[in-house]
Amino acid sequence: MPGSPTLSNILQPTRRQFLQNAGLMTTALSAGGVLLPGSANAQAAAPTKGGHLILGLDTASSSDRLDPAFYTEAYMYTVGFQLFNTVLELGPDGKLFGALAESWEAATPDASKWVFKLKKGIQFHNGKELVAQDVVYSLNHHRGENSNSGGKGQLLAVTDIKATDTHEVTVTLSAGNADFPAALVDYHMGIGPDGSDFDKGVGTGAFILEDFQPGVRALTKRNPNYWASDRAHVDSVETIAMSDATARMAALLSGQVHVINRVEPRTLDRLSSRPGIQILRSQENTMFCFPMRVDAAPYDNVDLRLALKYAIDREELQKSLLVGTGAIGNDNPIASWNPYFAKDIPLRAYDADKAAFHFKKAGSPGGIQLSVSDNGFPGSVDAAQLFQASAAKSGITIDVERVPSDGYWDEVWLKKPFVASNWSVRPTADAMLSLIFQSDAPWNETAWRDPAFDKLLADARVELDETKRKQIYHDLQVKLVDEGGELIPLFVDNLAAASDKVGGYVPVPGGGDLSGYRLAERAWLNA
Amino acid sequence: MGGPPLADGIDTDIRAISPLPVQKAGGGSVWLLLVKRLLLGLLLLWAVSLVIFAGTQILPGDVATSMLGQQATPEAVASIRKELGLEQPAPVRYVKWLGAAIGGDFGRSYSNRQDIAKSIAPRLKNTLLLAAMAAVIAVPLAILLGILSVLYNGTWIDRTIGLVTLSAISLPEFFAGYLLIAYFSVAHFWLPSSATVSDAMPIGQRLVVMLLPCLTLVLAVLGHMMRMTRAALLNVMASPYIETALLKGLPWWRIVWKHALPNALSPIVNVVALNLAYLIVGVVVVEVIFVYPGMGQYLVDHVAKRDVPVVQAAGLVFAAVYILLNILADMVSVLTNPRLRHSR
Repeated sequence: MPGSPTLSNILQPTRRQFLQNAGLMTTALSAGGVLLPGSANAQAAAPTKGGHLILGLDTASSSDRLDPAFYTEAYMYTVGFQLFNTVLELGPDGKLFGALAESWEAATPDASKWVFKLKKGIQFHNGKELVAQDVVYSLNHHRGENSNSGGKGQLLAVTDIKATDTHEVTVTLSAGNADFPAALVDYHMGIGPDGSDFDKGVGTGAFILEDFQPGVRALTKRNPNYWASDRAHVDSVETIAMSDATARMAALLSGQVHVINRVEPRTLDRLSSRPGIQILRSQENTMFCFPMRVDAAPYDNVDLRLALKYAIDREELQKSLLVGTGAIGNDNPIASWNPYFAKDIPLRAYDADKAAFHFKKAGSPGGIQLSVSDNGFPGSVDAAQLFQASAAKSGITIDVERVPSDGYWDEVWLKKPFVASNWSVRPTADAMLSLIFQSDAPWNETAWRDPAFDKLLADARVELDETKRKQIYHDLQVKLVDEGGELIPLFVDNLAAASDKVGGYVPVPGGGDLSGYRLAERAWLNA
Repeated sequence: MGGPPLADGIDTDIRAISPLPVQKAGGGSVWLLLVKRLLLGLLLLWAVSLVIFAGTQILPGDVATSMLGQQATPEAVASIRKELGLEQPAPVRYVKWLGAAIGGDFGRSYSNRQDIAKSIAPRLKNTLLLAAMAAVIAVPLAILLGILSVLYNGTWIDRTIGLVTLSAISLPEFFAGYLLIAYFSVAHFWLPSSATVSDAMPIGQRLVVMLLPCLTLVLAVLGHMMRMTRAALLNVMASPYIETALLKGLPWWRIVWKHALPNALSPIVNVVALNLAYLIVGVVVVEVIFVYPGMGQYLVDHVAKRDVPVVQAAGLVFAAVYILLNILADMVSVLTNPRLRHSR
C-alpha cells in the first residue's frame, strides 16, 4: 500500500490551505462544526457549474421504492431529496426556512391551526405548476388508517388539511403544537403532484429522474427550471449502492466516486491522511443507548438505574468505539447543539463507589441481563462487554446475552427489559422527547409512563414564551437524567468522506448526514 | 413437458434394449436417462421450494416488521400484513404461490410491489455474464495448467503451479478481492474497484469494469479444477496403454491430448460443472465487494426483508441452475464413457 511516500505531498497543500483560510476557518468553526480544512476551502470558493457527481452510499436495498412514504435509510433519503422538496427545510443554523413555502404562521394563539403560504411559479418535473392541492394530496398520503407510511407518526395530531386558497394550505391539529412545522421537514414529506403515483419520482426537486434500479443505482439530471437558483450546481448525479464499507473506501480512493457515507471511525485517521480526501462530519447526529424498561424488575428501582448509570465508563466507550469522535452522552436525549440543551446538568462520570452504593441501596438484585446485537447500534456487543467489565468492579453482575441481528427490532427491542438501541437525533426537543418518552408513544422503549412528564411536555408544546419553554425542557431533562430508564453513553457524529474537488458541504445539525441528505443539490465539483 | 417426441424416444429405447445393434441402444438410453434426470430435477425443484418456504417461515419476523425495522408501529405492521394477505396460514399461502408459479407467474415483490420476473431478469443476466466471463478464462486455463503440471510432473513447473493455485484457493474470496482492489485500483488506478454495470455501458467498458470481480472468481475456482485435471490425468497416465503409446514412440503432448485426456474427461467435467454452478450461485460476497448488480445481492436484500416470493423465485433459479449443470455434467460423462450407459 502506498501512503507513506506521499506524506509530504499531503502536508504541504494542507498547510498552505490552512494559512490561506485561517480566517475563514475560524468563522466556519464558530458557525457550527466545520472542522476540516478541506471543507473550509470548499466554502471559500464560489460554486462551479456543471459536472457529473457520483455518490457511493450505504443502506440501499433491491426492495427500495421511490415513494417517500417508504424511505427508511440514508440512501433513499439522498435519492428522494434529489427528486422531491419538502414544504419547509432545516437550515445549517438549526432553524426552519421555507422551501416550497414562502411563509407560515400559527393561525390561532394555541398553535393548533397553521397556515402555509406557498411560493408561486414552482413547476413539477412534468411541467405542472405547484398549487395548494398538491401539498394537501401529498401530506394526506401519509395519513389515514390504511397508510403504511414511515411519516404517519409525524402527522398523527393532524385532524384536517385544506387548501384555503390556490397557494395556501391550512392544517388543523387536535392539540396545539408550536413545533408542528418541523414535522414537514421529515424525509417522508416529499411533495408530488395531486393524484400522482409517487413511485414515478415526479416532484419539484433539483434533479429529474433518468434511471432508477433499486439496490443498484439512481441517475438524475439537473432540473433546468429549479426554483432555488443558488442550488443544484452539477449537471447530473449518480447515486450508487455500495453496502460494503471497504468497497466504498476503495471507490473513493481510486476516484470512482466523489462522496461516500458511513465512514467507520477507526478508519478515519488513515482516510484523512490520504491526499485529496476531505472528511464531511455531521456532529452528534445519532445517539447510542441502552434503554431499561422501568416497568420491569429490577429496572423499576430508581437506585438500580442510577447504579448502572454510574457503572458505565463512558470515556472508555468513546475511546474504543468512536476512536475519540462524537461526544459523551449524559443520559440526556437532547444533543448539545440543541438550543434547549440543559448545559448546567453535570456530566455523570464513571464512579465505581457511587455505583456500588446505589446497587446496595437497591438491594443488590441479580438477573441483570443485557440483550445486544450489532443491530442495536454498531459496536453494541463490544460496548456491552466493556460495560460488563466496568460494572463488575462495583460488584454488579451484568449477564450479556448476544441475540441474532436478524429480527432484532421485532423480537428483542421493546420486548426484553434491557437492550441496545439507537436514534437519529431529531431536530427539535419536542420531537425527540415525544418520540420515546411520551406515555402513549409507540416507541417508548423505556416504558416511561409519567402523567406529570406528559403534562409538562404538552405544556411546552403550546408555550410560545421562550423563557418559560426553556425552563420546562430543562426540568424534563433533569428528570430523565436522574430518574429515566434511558442510559445514553454516547452521541455519534455521522462521518462521510469526499474528494476535495467537492465543494458546498455544510452540516445540518438534526437533519441527518450529508448536509441533511441534500448534498446533491448543495454540492459542486471544482475542476 | 412430455410431448410426443419424448414418448417416442422412450418407446424406441424399450424395444431397443436387447435385440437391436449396440450403437442404437446406446443412443436411446442416453435419451431415456436425460428424461429421467429432467423429471427428477423437477421433483427436486419442488422439494427445494418447500424447504425455502419453510425456511423463510422459521426466520424471526415477517415482511411487515422487517420492512419497517425500528420504525414499526403496530398499526403500520397490521395494515401491511392485511394488504399482503399475510394473515392467512402459511400452507394456504404456499399452495397459492405454487399454483401461480406453475402458471409462470412469480408474483410481485412484497416489499416494493415490482414484478419479480421483470426485476430478476437483468440481475440474472448480469450474474450469468460474469460467470461466463470467469468460466471462459478459468476453465481452459485450469485444464491447460493441469496438463502442464502432468507433462512436467515433479519438476519446478509442477510445483509452482500447485503452490500458486493452492494459495489462491486458500484465500477467502473477499480477501483476494480486497488484495486485487488494493493493488489494481487504489495503488495504481489501473482498473475500477467497483463494477456497477448498466445496460447503457458500451461492451468494451463493461468488460473492463468486470475484470476485477472476474479475476477474483477465477482465482477462487482455478485450483480446484486444475488439481482435478492433474489427478485424473496422472491416474490415466499410469495405465498400460499409455506405456504402449510411449513405447510406440508417440510424443508426450500427443499421448496426453489424444489418449489420456479423453479417458480422464469424466471426473474433470464433473468438477467443472460444480465450479460453474458455484460461479453462478456462490458469488454473493464477490458481488457485494465489487458492487456488482447480480442475483446474489438481490437475494440477500430480500431475505433481509423476508420477501418470501422473491426468495422463492431466486432460490428456484439457483436450484435450477445447479440441477441443470449437474445433469449436463452427467450427460457429458455418459457420452464420453459408454460403460456408464448401462446401469446394473
